[in-house]
Amino acid sequence: MNFAPAQPPRGGRIAGNVMHFARLLRRAGLPVGPADMLAAQQALTLVQIGDRQQVRTALRTTMVHRHEHQDLFEQAFLMFWRDPEGSKTALAMAMMEGMPEAPPPERAPAGSRRLAEAMTNPRPPREKPDERREEIEAVMTVSERERLQQMDFEAMSAADIANAKAEIRRLVLPMDLRRTRRRRPDPGGAHVDLRATIRASLRQGGEILELARSRKVTRPPPLVVLCDISGSMSRYAQILLHFLHAVANDRDRVTTFLFGTRLSNITRQLRHRDPEVAFQMVSHAVPDWSGGTRIGEALALFNRNWARRVLGQGAVVLLVTDGLDRDGAVGLAENMERLHKSCSRLIWLNPLLRWDGFEPKSQGIRAMLPHVDEFRPVHNLASLRALIETLSRPLSRQAMEQWRLAS
Amino acid sequence: MLPNSVTETSALLEAGGYVADTALATTVFLALSMQRPLFLEGEPGTGKTEIAKVLAAGLGRRLVRLQCYDGLDLSAAAYEWDHARQLMAIRMAEASGGVDRGALASDIYAREFLQARPLLNAIDPEQPPAVLLIDELDRADEPFEAFLLEVLADFQLTVPEYGTIRAATPPVVVLTSNRTREVHDAIRRRCLYHWVDYPDARRERQILARKAPDVAEKLSAQIVAFVQRLRGEDLFKLPGVAETIDWAAALAHLNQHELMPDAVDETLGVLLKYQDDIAKIKGAEAARLVSEAQASVAA
Repeated sequence: MNFAPAQPPRGGRIAGNVMHFARLLRRAGLPVGPADMLAAQQALTLVQIGDRQQVRTALRTTMVHRHEHQDLFEQAFLMFWRDPEGSKTALAMAMMEGMPEAPPPERAPAGSRRLAEAMTNPRPPREKPDERREEIEAVMTVSERERLQQMDFEAMSAADIANAKAEIRRLVLPMDLRRTRRRRPDPGGAHVDLRATIRASLRQGGEILELARSRKVTRPPPLVVLCDISGSMSRYAQILLHFLHAVANDRDRVTTFLFGTRLSNITRQLRHRDPEVAFQMVSHAVPDWSGGTRIGEALALFNRNWARRVLGQGAVVLLVTDGLDRDGAVGLAENMERLHKSCSRLIWLNPLLRWDGFEPKSQGIRAMLPHVDEFRPVHNLASLRALIETLSRPLSRQAMEQWRLAS
Repeated sequence: MLPNSVTETSALLEAGGYVADTALATTVFLALSMQRPLFLEGEPGTGKTEIAKVLAAGLGRRLVRLQCYDGLDLSAAAYEWDHARQLMAIRMAEASGGVDRGALASDIYAREFLQARPLLNAIDPEQPPAVLLIDELDRADEPFEAFLLEVLADFQLTVPEYGTIRAATPPVVVLTSNRTREVHDAIRRRCLYHWVDYPDARRERQILARKAPDVAEKLSAQIVAFVQRLRGEDLFKLPGVAETIDWAAALAHLNQHELMPDAVDETLGVLLKYQDDIAKIKGAEAARLVSEAQASVAA
C-alpha cells in the first residue's frame, strides 16, 4: 500500500525539464532512476516553484543519494536551470557529456586479445619476456620528483584469468573466520532455535519431538588494501593488480587504495568483472604510477579522509609497500601508529626482501615495523601464487621478533 | 497537522529550538508531505538525531527510537514471539484434551504472543502515530538493512506466522548515519537524502543563543568565530555544533566573559577529542585563533 498522495505532477513543461535534467545527471554519471525522476516531479509540485533555493533542494534531495555526488549535482543545476532556451544549455550538455573518459584510441579495446584467441585455435600461452633483470640498486633508489605517468598492462589471456580465479580461492587471510551475531539453522549447532522448534511441533499437534538448532555464522571481516605503486614497486604492479582484482571480486567488503605521491581509491574501478576493463579504468584513474613515494603523507590522507569510513566492523588492513619513502619517513611513524590503532589487524606485505639476511635499515622500514601486527616479506614475488601463499601462511612470531630486533 | 509549506516547517523546527537552514527545512517539509523516510548523513555532532526529537515534539507524536549496533537482528529490532508463553499455551491445550491442530496454530500465533520491538511499535495501528528514529544506521551490519526495506517502502511489516501489520498513519521516519560505512543504495533510493553540514557563522550564533542562553553575547560571538576558524584547520576530527554548545557552557561555568588564550588552552578538550589535535592547536596556534576571533567580533 502506498501512502503517497495521488496528486498528478503539475504542468507538462516542468515535468519535461525534470526529465531532461535527469538525463543530464545520468550522462554525468549520477545514478538517477525513473523513480527518482518521479519523486523529483512530485517534490516540485510541493515547493514554491519561484524559489530557486527550494527548487534546488527539492531536486537534490530526491535525485542525489550520496554526499560525493552533491558537487556534480550543484554544477549541473547551475548549468541547466540558468537559461532553459539558450545555447548555454547545449554547451553545458556537451561539457557534461565529455566528462566520462573515453579510452585512448591507440589502445586495443579490453578483451580484444581474448576475442582474437577465441577466433583462432588454442595455442600454449606465449613466453613472457623476463622483466626482472634490472639492477638491485635501481630498485633501492627513490625518485626525486613526482613523476606522473600512466601504466600500461599486458593483456591477459583467458587462461590467465581462469588461473587467477583458481588461485584466489586458496587465499586465507589471518583472522578470516570472524563470528557474526547472526544464526543459521544447523542440526549440530549449539543454540536451540525455539521459534523453529515450536513451528515444527505444530505438525505433531504441539508435541515437541525434536529441537531445532542453529549455529553462529562466520564471515570474513572487511578488507582494506593499501598498495604502493611507486617506481621501486613498479615491477610488481602487474601481479599486485591481478591480486587486487581477484580479491575484490572474490569477497565482499573489499576497499582498495593505491598510493605513490597521491592516494587514489580504486574500489569502484576494480569491481568491474572483466580484469582488462578494470585495469584500463584503474590506469586512467591513477595519475602517479612509478613515481616517488610519500608513504607518510598517503597514510595521513587515508587516516583523515577514509579511515573512519572504511575501517569499521573490525576491518583488516593489508599494506603492500617496500617501505622506501621519498620524504625520509616524515610523519610515517605517527600515521602508522594511528592506522594500527584504528583497525583490528594490520598486515604488512613487503616484496623488497628477496634475499636472506637483508636488514631493515631504511628509515621508512624502521618507522613502520613497530606498528604492524604481521610482517610478511616475500622473497620472490613472481606470481600470484607466491603472493597468496605468503599471505595464507601462518604467522611465525619468532621471525617477526627477529625483524623487530634487527630494525 | 503537518506543516503546509517550507516556512511553516521552519517555524515548527524553530519552535522546538532547532535552527535549520532553508535546505534542511525544505527537505524535512518534502519528507513530511511526500511521506518518505528522511535519510540524514553527516559528521558526528551536527544535529541529525535532534531533528527527529524536535519533529516528534512539534508534531505531537511519540518518538520511537531504534539505536543500531553490529548484530542487531529482527528479534531486537522488529518483533519476537514469546516462546515461553507459547509453550505454556500448548501444554494447556493438551491438558484440556482434544487438540485441534488448526485451532492450536492460530491460537499460539495470536497477537498477544507477539512482542513488539521498535519497528513494529512504530507502525502498530492500535497506537497513536509515531516518529521513528533509526539512529546510526551505519553501525548495524549490512544484513540488517534488508529488514528495513519493507518498513521504509510501505510502512508495513510481515510476520510469516501472523500476517502483515500495517500502520494506520504512516510514521515519520528519520534515519541517521555518521558514514563509518556506506549504507546500501537500496535504502538510499527509498529515502530523501540530505547531507547535514557544519552550520555557517550566522546560524551557529543563532543555535548558541538558543542552546546556551546564559552565555554573554560577545563571548558567544567570539566562540563561534573561533570554532569556525578551527574548522578550517587541518584536524583529524573537526568540532561539531554539539561541541560548540558544550564549550560555551564550559566557558560560562568558568565565569569567562571574553575569549582568553589561557582559558581556551585549559578547555580545549571539550572541543577537540583527539590528543594529536589538541597538541597541535594548544599554545601559539590557539592564541593566534583567539586574536583573530576577537578582531573579527570587534570589527
